[in-house]
Amino acid sequence: MSILISQDTRFIVQGITGREAVNLTRENLDYGARIVGGVTPGRAGRDVYGVPVFDCVRDVVAKEGKVEGSVVCVPPNFTRDAVFEAIENGIELIVVVTENVPRKEVAQMVELATLRGARIIGPNCLGLISPGEAKMGGIGGPAANTRQAYMPGNIGVMSRSGGMTTEIASTLTAAGLGQSTCVSIGGDAIIGTTYAELMPHFAADPETHAIAIYSEPGGRMEAELAEWVKANDSRLPIVAFMAGRFMDEMQGMRFGHAGTIVEGKEDTTVEKIERMRAAGISVAERIEEIPALIGKRLEAAS
Amino acid sequence: MRFYEYESKELFRRHGLPLGRGRVATSGAEAHEIAAEIGGPVVLKSQVLSGGRMKAGAVQFAETPDECPALFDAIMPIEVSGQTARSVLVEEKSPVAQEYFVSVTWDGRRKLPVLLFSDMGGIDIEEVAEKHPDHVSKTHFSTLLPLSPRIAKEAIAATGVGGSTLNRLTPIVFELMQIFLSYDLTLAEINPLARLEDGRFIVLDGHVDLEAEARGQHEALLAELGIGADETRQAREPTEFEIAGRKVNQVDHRGVAGNVVEFDGNLGLVIGAGGGSLTLFDAVRNHGGKPANYCEIGGNPSVGKVCELTKLILAKPGVSKIAVMMNVVSNTRVDIVARGVVKGCIESGKDPSEVISIFRIPGAWEEEGFKILERYGVEYCDRSVSMYEAAGRAVAKLGA
Amino acid sequence: MAGLFIDIVVSDAVQSDAALAKKLEDVCPVNIFRASDVGVAIDESNLDECVLCDLCTEAAPGGGVRIVKLYEA
Repeated sequence: MSILISQDTRFIVQGITGREAVNLTRENLDYGARIVGGVTPGRAGRDVYGVPVFDCVRDVVAKEGKVEGSVVCVPPNFTRDAVFEAIENGIELIVVVTENVPRKEVAQMVELATLRGARIIGPNCLGLISPGEAKMGGIGGPAANTRQAYMPGNIGVMSRSGGMTTEIASTLTAAGLGQSTCVSIGGDAIIGTTYAELMPHFAADPETHAIAIYSEPGGRMEAELAEWVKANDSRLPIVAFMAGRFMDEMQGMRFGHAGTIVEGKEDTTVEKIERMRAAGISVAERIEEIPALIGKRLEAAS
Repeated sequence: MRFYEYESKELFRRHGLPLGRGRVATSGAEAHEIAAEIGGPVVLKSQVLSGGRMKAGAVQFAETPDECPALFDAIMPIEVSGQTARSVLVEEKSPVAQEYFVSVTWDGRRKLPVLLFSDMGGIDIEEVAEKHPDHVSKTHFSTLLPLSPRIAKEAIAATGVGGSTLNRLTPIVFELMQIFLSYDLTLAEINPLARLEDGRFIVLDGHVDLEAEARGQHEALLAELGIGADETRQAREPTEFEIAGRKVNQVDHRGVAGNVVEFDGNLGLVIGAGGGSLTLFDAVRNHGGKPANYCEIGGNPSVGKVCELTKLILAKPGVSKIAVMMNVVSNTRVDIVARGVVKGCIESGKDPSEVISIFRIPGAWEEEGFKILERYGVEYCDRSVSMYEAAGRAVAKLGA
Repeated sequence: MAGLFIDIVVSDAVQSDAALAKKLEDVCPVNIFRASDVGVAIDESNLDECVLCDLCTEAAPGGGVRIVKLYEA
């Protein structure tokens, strides 16, 4: 089992003829994804690895009927409109790969999605994968590399860093712990779906037994997760890894992702670690400790 | 990127917000001249990109123009949170009856802009929120639905403000909300917003932060305010090394090899990507290593870009070795990065097997990459060696 | 300057093929090939950017264009 995507998810790629989109289309198809169309205005009639290209999302829907998802891979200036187009054509899961979208536009995308009952993953993310079933986005890279790093199993992974999603999955896989679904949630200050918002999905998935997360300085997402865990008495043990501890001493300097900056005490890793521990979340000092910590938590729970 | 007070006020002025008379002085003589024009008591304020000016003595008052040159000279060298003044703003000093606080920022949890208003301005707002919660209102508003003044009115009224004060405050607060959204700001703050003894309102102090990602959309405004293209407005000014790093990343459009930040250690780091770099930088420091720099490679940069980044880091005084490390890569290719760093070493006149202490980048195209590293005798490892262990090896080698 | 890692060998048989030269210039994502007066020309400064996509070798079947990985030599 998995959350959000499975082998039955039919999705499109918006901006499919761009360099990165061509790549991820091939990689996703090779991994077994069902990509039913691509959209690049002015390029209707072409195809990308056998996927037909349309001018409008509406045209794909007219031909294919209901489409569940879209991967949006267009330049920052066109991202908001592409997401609006996906939402208004009834698509309910939208993965926004694009980086450098101003947060006002992200907020607008999220507001419309909320109004229409759609979900946005990202922006500035590598997408998501349900190992052995399907992936949406560049997560894991070429299919062969993806199979090496990810394997089906019972751990859910959420990460503010796309690259670290694969590092954590690869570490879990090496320790014999497969994954249910891994989500690169995006590195921006405002993102479509936070850790806390994904938790109910993982909690409802009987095949997910524990959660691993990657987190970093900046924002209130870890605090939100800690509150969710406390309020919901979750059955799922969570193990977190916190990067960027050096940033605690470097107020006002931005490193890594757009959302990664220490502006106040609540943004620091020390404060976040404290909050998470107080909520019963285990915090690993190193990535390689995650599998053992998960093992310990699962044992304690059974 | 933060605007100086005088830049923020210029933006406010364009939108009709009420401001006291005054302008920026870059010399004592000019400060004298401005004060004479104003013709009454003035306030002289250091223009720095941080708060805490009053405490540091970087805000001074003068009754006459003659006092201004000496105060100017006194203010300029004062450090406020590590920054010295760019100039001094000279403004008329106004008799204040009451101070208010208005701020608009983003709430990442609600994913909406949030308006904070208080009728107890001038002091730390978090303290007010704690001690007098009924004097602070917090109002989220939509980025999609029409923005209307009633949102501002409700926010102000929620703190108990009424009468003509409410009606005079509403358009000012509403204008700030509009400024916030139309310029892609991450913060627009007026503190204090003062009601004068004669009933008028003026913005005593305020500042705005523009989102770096939206810079391209507001080039005209930035040019008009005189904000240079290479001003980062981070907590400190960029160093020459960092400026050179930015140029490396602009060599071509393929991927990223940049976001260079200078540190004073001796271990050069060629690391990536966003999260991986944070993780690796911590790991190096945990092992007692002293990084010479922070950087990020990602998004599959060209060989040329990685090569130039490597050369930049190797040219830094005191750097004798570099560690090349990333998380398991998906879209960045191991062989391309391997080519780039090896080439960078050779073009720097160094032997890759000598200066690269460890190469730990597993993932896409690793077989091909490892072939290159073997050919040049570079020590490398695959994913069975953790990022933390790899960092440890790099630090140990430098000590040996 | 020749490549440190990659060399491209164009056989004499196709060297002066103007149509092929145009095609190679078109398919190469990193601009290694140029169609010139003498047929296929190589921009040596781009050799090391080769991403091993094989689009050039496919465009010139029968070994007309070969990619040589110098690090395997």
